[in-house]
Amino acid sequence: MRLTCPICGERDRREFYYQGDAVALDRPARDADVSAWDDYVHLRDNPSGLRRELWHHEAGCGSWLVVDRNTSTHEVHAVALVEAQG
Amino acid sequence: MVELSAKSPCAGLLPMTIGSVSVAEVDLGRLTSIAPYKGRATEAADAFKVAHGLAYPAANRATGKDGCRALWFGRDMILLAGPPPDLTLAGTAALTDQSDAWASVTVTGERAEEVLARLVPIDLRAAHFKRGHTARTLIMHMNGAITRVGADSFLILVFRAMAGTLVHDLKQAMEAVAARG
Repeated sequence: MRLTCPICGERDRREFYYQGDAVALDRPARDADVSAWDDYVHLRDNPSGLRRELWHHEAGCGSWLVVDRNTSTHEVHAVALVEAQG
Repeated sequence: MVELSAKSPCAGLLPMTIGSVSVAEVDLGRLTSIAPYKGRATEAADAFKVAHGLAYPAANRATGKDGCRALWFGRDMILLAGPPPDLTLAGTAALTDQSDAWASVTVTGERAEEVLARLVPIDLRAAHFKRGHTARTLIMHMNGAITRVGADSFLILVFRAMAGTLVHDLKQAMEAVAARG
């Protein structure tokens, strides 16, 4: 599997660290209720198919990346900097 | 009075030549990482050019030559190798002395590309990775920086504590390449 880092170009999977679902980018508001925080911190679905994930280009430029990846077909649809998510 | 003398990271390990490839330690002089503050990248690049007389390297590129080199060194960071940094840069970028933090070696020889192909997961052949190109990538299991400094010569930097591992990994790859004749 290869990911195309927006800064470094196409690189081998070994250079990347997999963080998990990109849910970490959707942090609840400070005053959100307990269930929202519970959901954010602990509760995860485990579907197959198209996923939005966070990867770290650990052995390259050091960027955090949002990767749209299909876990059923192993297709990588998009790689973008977290910074570019706005 | 105890007399202390500095040892280089690869003291006692290099130089080494196996087949047509040689590895030698290089003293790059002062190493300074230059990390522009947020939103001040252009300003920092201009100041760098004025202060040191060489272009601020773009991503995956290196500028300068032996004695005064600038390597792109990761996201929003370059490494100045050689002269001490001009302190006027401190207004636009964080300057950090990293001189003792890195082991630096050159791998030279007509089969240097073949040796590195066994260790590095990117294409380092001349058609892809030309002089002036640099990459942050892996050397076996280590994070490092690789720069092409000549037609058959690469500069490799890894964390100083990994100098022994780097020499070991290079030696194995060099022996394997040499064994193929």
